[in-house]
Amino acid sequence: MTWSRRARIPRSGARVASSDIPAGHFGPYGGRFVPEALTAALDGLDAAYAAAMADPDFHAELDRLQRTYTGRPSPLTEATRFGQEHCAGARVYLKREDLNHTGSHKINNVLGQALLTVRMGKKRVIAETGAGQHGVATATAAALLGLDCVVYMGEEDTRRQALNVARMRLLGATVIPVTAGSRTLKDAINEAMRDWVTSVDDTHYILGTVTGPSPFPSMVRAFQSIIGREAREQVLEATGRLPDAVAACVGGGSNAMGIFAAFLEDPSVALWGFEAGGDGVETGRHAARFAGGAPGVLHGARTYVMQDEWGQTVPSHSISAGLDYPGVGPEHAWLHDTGRAHYAPVTDAEAMDAFEKLCRTEGIIPAIETAHALAGVMRLGRELGDDAVILVNLSGRGDKDVATAARWFGLPAVDESAEGR
Amino acid sequence: MTSLAEAFSRSRAQGRAALIGYLPAGFPTRDDSVRLMRAMVDAGVDIVEVGLPYSDPLMDGPVIQAAADQALRGGTTPADVIAVAGEVAQTGAATVVMSYWNPVERFGVDRFARDLAAAGGCGVITPDLTPEESADWAAATEAHDIDRIYLVAPSSTDARLRTVSAACTGFVYAASTMGVTGARSTVSDAAETLVLRVREVTHLPVAVGLGVSTGEQAAQIAEYADGVIVGSAFIRLVLEAPGIAEAESAVAGLARELAAGVRRRRIDAGPVT
Repeated sequence: MTWSRRARIPRSGARVASSDIPAGHFGPYGGRFVPEALTAALDGLDAAYAAAMADPDFHAELDRLQRTYTGRPSPLTEATRFGQEHCAGARVYLKREDLNHTGSHKINNVLGQALLTVRMGKKRVIAETGAGQHGVATATAAALLGLDCVVYMGEEDTRRQALNVARMRLLGATVIPVTAGSRTLKDAINEAMRDWVTSVDDTHYILGTVTGPSPFPSMVRAFQSIIGREAREQVLEATGRLPDAVAACVGGGSNAMGIFAAFLEDPSVALWGFEAGGDGVETGRHAARFAGGAPGVLHGARTYVMQDEWGQTVPSHSISAGLDYPGVGPEHAWLHDTGRAHYAPVTDAEAMDAFEKLCRTEGIIPAIETAHALAGVMRLGRELGDDAVILVNLSGRGDKDVATAARWFGLPAVDESAEGR
Repeated sequence: MTSLAEAFSRSRAQGRAALIGYLPAGFPTRDDSVRLMRAMVDAGVDIVEVGLPYSDPLMDGPVIQAAADQALRGGTTPADVIAVAGEVAQTGAATVVMSYWNPVERFGVDRFARDLAAAGGCGVITPDLTPEESADWAAATEAHDIDRIYLVAPSSTDARLRTVSAACTGFVYAASTMGVTGARSTVSDAAETLVLRVREVTHLPVAVGLGVSTGEQAAQIAEYADGVIVGSAFIRLVLEAPGIAEAESAVAGLARELAAGVRRRRIDAGPVT
């Protein structure tokens, strides 16, 4: 990238006490940069969310669905062979969000927001989706609760994640391929926002990650933080101690915030987020916001953004549709700047190598998004050595990626009709 | 150079609403965008809104998106936009820029206000910036005497209208409907209600935008608002025109129709400061 990395810190200083940070902000990041038409809806959402969080009935209903519908708590699996053979002998624990109903962590947030939708008396939900996992989760919750559902998905992503498009349609959702811009997740969010401005009276936008205007980043983190709460307890029970490192892939960053949240106050636990390095950060074809972006405003929040010298968003690139996004959750931007969490890019090739290794050593096919975290864990293992305990969020399963992976590894093609051109 | 206050005073003195025309800088090319905007002014547009093309215009419908894409493909930069605004301002029309926030922030908040003022521009409309996030922007626009125009919407609460209007200078931009930009066959009744609500909390002029495309609609809005804003309808004519000469004549034709519209009825609006 050609521009200089200037960490421009507008308004408040970069290192202010958390008590000085206005609501909805993470240091200088976050906030609300939205058309005024949405302000009332965001205020309404804020109020509904606060009321729900103070209501034991809401928690009881969410808890019931998590146990009886999602299948929580999700297990913690020690990846013994993967750790021994590929992570320099480190003890690697997988938090199995792939075993949730719908196949990823996305359902955690969606159930919370779908219940809120019902509480707000709205009848229709919309969502953006990249890999399709959030779209599938939203379509699922909409079917469960009797809500109309429209999912916006970049046309490019509908092609590479055709299986999930079919799943959403089977669940009764309308999938709208977005042909604007780069035809990926960024453009799907633009389109969902445009829908929401028009439909906000009867529609809730179930944003799928810890990005967007306040209160989405905090709310989505809260609904995802069950991952970390469970994992912290499980890893303590399994090992008698806290992990040395917690790792996750970071697109928007909801699975990472979900698992990080429980360890933020444990200084001995290193937090690692792995972003999509695509063909390599030096090629410009990547989705590494921290390695190749700069602070700016995108989709309603101030955060790190891949942008050119004039503030135009630069299209991202990744083999993984779910990480193919030029922005990142504002709390991650703050954790990055404060040094509490570390972020590093993982290339397509490294991710696919880790993908194959997990398949072959553990009998688990991960989502390609998740494979980026696994590649990061292989690095961490080499760095930390064989007495290290590493916890990784196995955020999703790889069924949706079988065609892409078969192509990558030169295996016989998966039935092309399943890819629905 | 004409200020927004002068432009609204002049139209008010003539017993009519001001006509505000929007086109993106760099569309269809840099020089032709100047030509089209000058044609608008010649045909009766009082205030020109120069769009800064942005990669992610989430308040805009497909017509403005298409124009912005074309301008960006042509390499339009914020510096070009400011230069275009300067050339348009030479016509004597009050000239403002409409920009999403990230390009302004990236350019440098103070630098943007300073350079625009130096070029002859007089204000900036920021559709995705709220007063709460505007501390730097308020300081920069005060320092360089640039008007700050924020949007209000039918969903805005009374408290919100007060906050946003208090942060505005020049005029208040009232979004006629809950939606994105683009021509509509009717302009919603919500617009009039909104304008009346805004008048309760400010003495600034109130202009109505979103969905306006005909002289008839302009005349209806001019009955209760101080300004009528038209964008997508102009762009559509340019997109449909076979060449720049035809585009120029079509833009001028629509501007004349709209200018006649805002003059059709006398208004009795609130005082203009």
